[in-house]
Amino acid sequence: MPRLIAKSACDGLLPVTIGSVTLSEFSPDAITSLAPFNGRAAAVSGALKSAIGAGFPAANRCTGKAGARVAWSGIGQALVIGPRVEIDGAAMTDQTDAWACLALDGARAGEVLARLCPLDLRDSQFKTGHAARSLLGHMTGLFLRTGARRFELLVFRSMAQTAVHELTGAMTSVDAQA
Amino acid sequence: MRIPCPICGERDSREFTYKGAAVAMQRPDPDAGAAAWDDYLHLRDNPAGETRELWYHGAGCTGWLVVTRNTLTHRILAAGLASELAR
Repeated sequence: MPRLIAKSACDGLLPVTIGSVTLSEFSPDAITSLAPFNGRAAAVSGALKSAIGAGFPAANRCTGKAGARVAWSGIGQALVIGPRVEIDGAAMTDQTDAWACLALDGARAGEVLARLCPLDLRDSQFKTGHAARSLLGHMTGLFLRTGARRFELLVFRSMAQTAVHELTGAMTSVDAQA
Repeated sequence: MRIPCPICGERDSREFTYKGAAVAMQRPDPDAGAAAWDDYLHLRDNPAGETRELWYHGAGCTGWLVVTRNTLTHRILAAGLASELAR
């Protein structure tokens, strides 16, 4: 068996800093889609909480902290980002290699995203701990606000290069209008 | 145009896909007869005013919504989850 070399989705493309904003990639150990069966939501949330310290999030919210997050990703489903989990009472799918995970840091990170995404990203509307599925340009993505100056963004792995292209273009544009 | 999704709040129409009149939710009985099925499949009103229609929030919560919209002004009057309204 040849020795295989793992490559991340944005291998060779990131990190990139333009002006005050940095776009980087992070690689969680696991990403698991979790969809509780009917009537099992509370039990699943409890099991999740005792397993990784973060419960099942409300709609458009994210629980946990860096390294172990649970992000709402649609009606009745969430992504567990970080630890590998086995939870009874929920449908689970391993999606670790399906996503490219990007982070946008900097005081003007929100301005960069606002050029590509129709969400209301103002501090008063999209606060730390909020999560939303929306569009980045023409592609769907999962947007997380994980800090006052940090957004995390999950896009389909096959779209990683396009996402980096779109985001670096927006970063250049924002920086040009200081 | 912005649509007030009952789960996600007010969102841009780019995140939604239009399906058609909410008539699709009133499916006739299998033995309702040819006239009822012809009406269900093919005949639609073309109202100048309020209409109820189905929208899919594909780039959001993935919910199907019943949106009440005024075709003269494009004003959105209400939006609810089809799964709840169908009960």
